[in-house]
Amino acid sequence: MSKKSKDNRDFWIFVGPALIAMTMVVIIPFIIGIYYTFTNWNGANPKYDFVGISNYINLIDDAQFIYSLKITVAYTFASVLSINLVGFGLAYAVTRKLKTSNFLRTGFFMPNLIGGLILGFIWQFMFNSVFTGVGQALGSKILATSLLQEPSTAMFAMLIVSTWQYAGYIMVIYVAALENVPADLIEAAHIDGANGWYTFKHITIPMVRQGMTICLFLTLANSFKLFDLNFSLTPAKTTEMLALNIYKEAFVVNNMGIGQAKAIIFFILVTTISLTQVYFNKKKEVEA
Amino acid sequence: MKANEIVHNVERNKASRKLKTLDSYTRKLGILEVFAWILLLLYMTPFYLMFINSFKTRREIFANTTGLPDAWNFKNYLDAIKRMDMISSFTNSMIITVASVALIILFSSMAAWVLVRNQTKKSKIIFYLFTSGMIVPFQAVMLPLVKWMAKIQVGPFKMLGTHYGLIFMYIGFGVSMSIFLYHGFIKAIPKEVEEAATIDGCSKWQTYTKVILPLLKPTTVTVAVLNSIWVWNDFLLPFLTVNGKINTIPLAMNNFFGAFSKQWELAMAALILAIIPIVVFYFFIQKQIIAGIVQGSIK
Repeated sequence: MSKKSKDNRDFWIFVGPALIAMTMVVIIPFIIGIYYTFTNWNGANPKYDFVGISNYINLIDDAQFIYSLKITVAYTFASVLSINLVGFGLAYAVTRKLKTSNFLRTGFFMPNLIGGLILGFIWQFMFNSVFTGVGQALGSKILATSLLQEPSTAMFAMLIVSTWQYAGYIMVIYVAALENVPADLIEAAHIDGANGWYTFKHITIPMVRQGMTICLFLTLANSFKLFDLNFSLTPAKTTEMLALNIYKEAFVVNNMGIGQAKAIIFFILVTTISLTQVYFNKKKEVEA
Repeated sequence: MKANEIVHNVERNKASRKLKTLDSYTRKLGILEVFAWILLLLYMTPFYLMFINSFKTRREIFANTTGLPDAWNFKNYLDAIKRMDMISSFTNSMIITVASVALIILFSSMAAWVLVRNQTKKSKIIFYLFTSGMIVPFQAVMLPLVKWMAKIQVGPFKMLGTHYGLIFMYIGFGVSMSIFLYHGFIKAIPKEVEEAATIDGCSKWQTYTKVILPLLKPTTVTVAVLNSIWVWNDFLLPFLTVNGKINTIPLAMNNFFGAFSKQWELAMAALILAIIPIVVFYFFIQKQIIAGIVQGSIK
């Protein structure tokens, strides 16, 4: 065998396994999925019709879908803000010269390692039994009512749990960014007479901007795609976010065409948000 | 003020700052530390409450939710292990996680290596294909995936409801990001290292296992950590593809809650059992886990 054809064979042997698996599991289903969206297939009946783009157009009148989209956007906005604020606050605290910094980091990071499904079950108990019990003991009617009972407070409950879960994750990324800020730069600013807030605003913040891009991007995508916690903590229709809505349309109601049309819209939204965010933040980054 | 006087001042300032930083555990930091500890205790409250309630009877849980149990009784744990099929779900989660992660490491490092070294158009296209796989959310392909996998059957071998089918799917979803991470790392390794091996008569496979794989260790740790946590905790993929045939820990928890949602005393014990493996894992190699997660998200 010539060297060239041997190289070529080796290339495919090395790339092959990963490429085959990824093609079978992601690429082919993605293409089949687009095909589904133009049909009215119910998943079981072998007969189905082509319906053009009506599955997409009908989504505009799909009240539950529009509602899910709205609460997903609102929730994403709130949770990006709260996770990043808490995460950055924690990171700022544990990068000061505290005696137990490492221990604190370990602790704050821990909830992140447990899956959203299990965390949802744990917090069901917190909201339904612990908080209400404490509320009854204190004689407070507001506290004695579970947050999970009303749609708006249930969304707030989800916000609490996901901030608790993700802040530690975001914290470790901000810690890495903060530890990269050169200490002599801060010192030089102090010598020049800059106060704490000024240094923070004009040196620390611009220096961690790259870390901030990463964190915003991560929390945005994660919040928008939230499923496990939604499924186990707040599965009611009034708190049904996009990913859960797609799941129910496809696997509970068995509308393959409509379910997949929702999934494609979901894909376009996730991709657009992510890419825009990266582009937007890349422009503002300080080259360090 | 003369120039040398200014310099002198700056020097003196620096010296006094240094002194201050050496002995800088001020009252302000003390207050911050106390505050951080209060927050940490609040953070840990759900775990603490799960733990103490897992030893109580149901009546005790509702009569006295926040207090310590009357007796440290392991009955709930024994019941939960039996009803949740804990031993087999643990074994299944273990087999699936270890096999998927090992194969993801092998296949993605192999692919990333030749994609970096082979500077052709086809390499570039294939690499872009892999990276574009990173942005496809699971929900965008789950429905056609399940229908498509149901069709694949070679003799007695089926993709749905089997360990190897699920492992194959994890490989398909996992290689994109892993190849991306390895690709970035391999670019920084000088080509000369492996050329020497080729001259010594090593085959491609020998060069890969003897020279390349050992060099990739730092990235391998990152890839292993990120994929292990993902596969171990993942719920929706096994729920759609193996539920009812194979129990993993998240599936077992979900089925358990469906059946015994009001039996909180059993649920507490089951939840504690479900989180123990990952918490133990974390306390053993927390440095690598945190470093791996930071590496994975920064690149």
